[in-house]
Amino acid sequence: MSGSLFTQDARTKARNAAERRFRTYGLGAIILALLALVWLLISIFSAGLPAFRQTFITFPVKLEESVIDKAGNRDPAAMAKVTTVGYGKLLATALEAEIAAKGIDLAGVPPKEITDLISQESAATLRNMVLADPALIGTTVQFRAIASGRIDGYYKGRVTMESAALDKNTSPEKLRLADNLKAAGLLATSFNLGFLTMPDASDKRPEAAGLGIAIAGSFMMMVVVLVLSLPIGVAASIYLEEFAPKNWFTDLIEVNIANLAAVPSIVYGILGLAIFINFAGLPQSAPIVGGLVLTLMTLPRIIIPTRAALKAVPPSIRDAALGVGASRLQTVFHHVLPLAMPGILTGMIIGLAQALGETAPLLLIGMVAFVRDFPGGLFDPAAALPVQVYNWTQRGDPGFVERASGAIIVLLIFLIIMNTAAIILRRKFERRW
Amino acid sequence: MKDLVMETRVDAQTVKIEARKAQVFYGQNHAIKDVDVDILDKTVTAFIGPSGCGKSTFLRCLNRMNDTIPGCRVEGKITLEGEDIYDARVDPVQLRAKVGMVFQKPNPFPKSIYDNVAYGPKIHGLTRNKAELDEVVEACLRKAALWNEVKDRLQTPGTGLSGGQQQRLCIARAIATSPEVLLMDEPCSALDPIATAQVEELIDELRSQFSVVIVTHSMQQAARVSQRTAFFHLGNLVEYGETGQIFTNPRDPRTESYITGRIG
Repeated sequence: MSGSLFTQDARTKARNAAERRFRTYGLGAIILALLALVWLLISIFSAGLPAFRQTFITFPVKLEESVIDKAGNRDPAAMAKVTTVGYGKLLATALEAEIAAKGIDLAGVPPKEITDLISQESAATLRNMVLADPALIGTTVQFRAIASGRIDGYYKGRVTMESAALDKNTSPEKLRLADNLKAAGLLATSFNLGFLTMPDASDKRPEAAGLGIAIAGSFMMMVVVLVLSLPIGVAASIYLEEFAPKNWFTDLIEVNIANLAAVPSIVYGILGLAIFINFAGLPQSAPIVGGLVLTLMTLPRIIIPTRAALKAVPPSIRDAALGVGASRLQTVFHHVLPLAMPGILTGMIIGLAQALGETAPLLLIGMVAFVRDFPGGLFDPAAALPVQVYNWTQRGDPGFVERASGAIIVLLIFLIIMNTAAIILRRKFERRW
Repeated sequence: MKDLVMETRVDAQTVKIEARKAQVFYGQNHAIKDVDVDILDKTVTAFIGPSGCGKSTFLRCLNRMNDTIPGCRVEGKITLEGEDIYDARVDPVQLRAKVGMVFQKPNPFPKSIYDNVAYGPKIHGLTRNKAELDEVVEACLRKAALWNEVKDRLQTPGTGLSGGQQQRLCIARAIATSPEVLLMDEPCSALDPIATAQVEELIDELRSQFSVVIVTHSMQQAARVSQRTAFFHLGNLVEYGETGQIFTNPRDPRTESYITGRIG
C-alpha cells in the first residue's frame, strides 16, 4: 500500500461511510421505537389515569326502619327482601332533603331527577352496608355515594355542557347542580380505591366498575402457574440437558418443545376447554383452569431459557465436580443449578409475565364471564386482568374507555414489578466463574 | 539424567494401574489402540506425544471421565489394584474419589477457597465434624503449597486467585478426597513459568503419597518431573520406560524423532 496515512483512500472512505450509514439506521430505529413507546404511554396514561380518581357526593342518610325493616325484628331474611329500589328511594329523599337544608340552587333540575346525580350502584352499596351491620338501622349515617358516570366524566373533562345537551342520560342543568353541590362541599373528587377493590359493574354503571375480582383471579392463576411450571419446567430442563441420552427421541422432544413455544395461545385455550372442562369436568371461569391452561402455555417458554441457562454453565465446572467424585445429581444441584439460577429465574419471570398478559386462551375457558362475587378459592368463577380490559373495551359507555385504560395501567405496573424482580434476582444470583 | 534413573530404581514399586489391550473408540474413530501400560505406585508417570495422539483420552479412561462423552467406548482391560474399573459393578463416582483429576484449565468452583477444598470430603463423608474438615482443608492447602498465601482469606472466592494459585487450589481439591492416583491433564499449560515451577515442585512432593500421572506437551517438563515416561503417537503407545532412558536412549525411531523435534 502506498500513499500517506493522512489521506483516506477510496476504499477506506467507502467503509467509513457504510459504518456511519449503519449507525444512523440503528439510531433511527431506536429513536422510532422510543417515540412509539412514549406515544403509547402518553395515550394510555392520559386515558387511564382518571380511572384512579372518582367523584363522590357525601350527604347524611337517615336509615328509616319503616323502609328497611318493616317488621322491626331485624330478621335477615325479611331484610334481604327489601331491594335496592327501596334504598334508592331513601337516598333520593336524603339527597333532596340535604340540598333543601343547605339551600342549594337546583339550577332547574326537577326534584325527581336529583337522584340521577348519584350512581345506581350507591343503593346497592348502602344495602350491603345495612345488611352487614343491622345496628345502623334507625340511625343517620354520613353516606359517600359514587357520583353517576356523566357527573364523574364532567369533572374529568369527558363530559361538557355541549355534549350533555345532546345526552339523554344527563343535561346541562344537572351538571350545573353538580357544580353547586361542589361549591357547597357535598361533591368532591378523590382517590378511587374502589377501582382496585370493587367487582365489575353492569354496562350502565362504569363509575362503579372495579378490578377487584380481576386482580384476585389473575393473582390466583399466577400462583397456579408458578407452583406448577417452576418445578415441572426446571425438572424437565435438567433431565433433558444433563441426563437424557442424545438420540432421535430426545431430538424429537426438543423440536416439539420449540414448536410448542410458538403455538398460538388460543390453541391452548381450545385444549384447556377440551381437557380440563369438557373431559375432566372442572368448572368454567375458574382460576384453576386458567392457571392450568397458562401453565401448559408457559412450560415450553420456561424450558427453553432454562436449558439455555444450563447449557451456558461451562463444562469445566461439571468436569471439576465429577473429577472429585460427585455424582451427576450432586454435580447438577451443587454446581450447575446455582450457576444457571439467574438465567432460570429471568426466564421464569418473563414466562410468568407473558402468562399474566395472556387473554385469548382465557376467553375460551369462560374467564370472560361477568362475575360479581369474589372467588373464595381456585374453583370459584373469577375474572382476569387482560380479559377485563378486553371486556371493558367492548362496552358502549365512554366511562369504560377510561376504566379499560386504567386496567392496562394496573397490568403494566404488575409487569414492571415482575420484570424489576427479575433484574434484581439476576443481579443477586449472578456469579463470576 | 543419570540421577533420575537412579531415583527411579529406588522408587519403583508395586503396580497401581494396569492397562491391557486398552482400546478407545469415539464413534467410528479408533482413538487408542492396544495400549499396555503399568503405572507404578508413588511414581510420576508422564504421557508425552504430539497433539491428538490420544494421551489425554487415555488419561481420562483411567478415572472413567470419558463416560461423560457421548459415543465414547472403551475396550480391553484397565485395572486399579487388580480390580477392573470398567466392570459393571464399579460405580464411576467411587472410582473418581480414588483416582483424582486435575484439568488443563484451572477450574475452581465459583465458591470460597475453603468450600472448594472441603467439597470432596463433604460429599464422600470423609470427616465427622467441622474441626476435622478444617484440618483436612488446611492439610491439603499445605500440601498444595497454597496455605500461606490463602490462610487469611479462606472465605473469598476461589475464582479470585491468580492462575497458578487456582491450579494449586484445584490440586488441593483433588487430593482432599485422599485419592490413590492423581491424574493431571496438562496442568501447567495455562500457567506462566513461575507458577509452572511451583506446580512441578508440588508434583514432586506429591509423589511420596500418590501415584501421579501427568500429560504434558513439554518434554522438558516430563524430563523434570517424571520417573517414567510413555510416548504416544497416533493412538499407539510407542514406547514406555524410565524417563532417563526415553530421553537419552530411545529404542523406537519415532520416539527419537519426537524428542528431537522432527515429528509432532
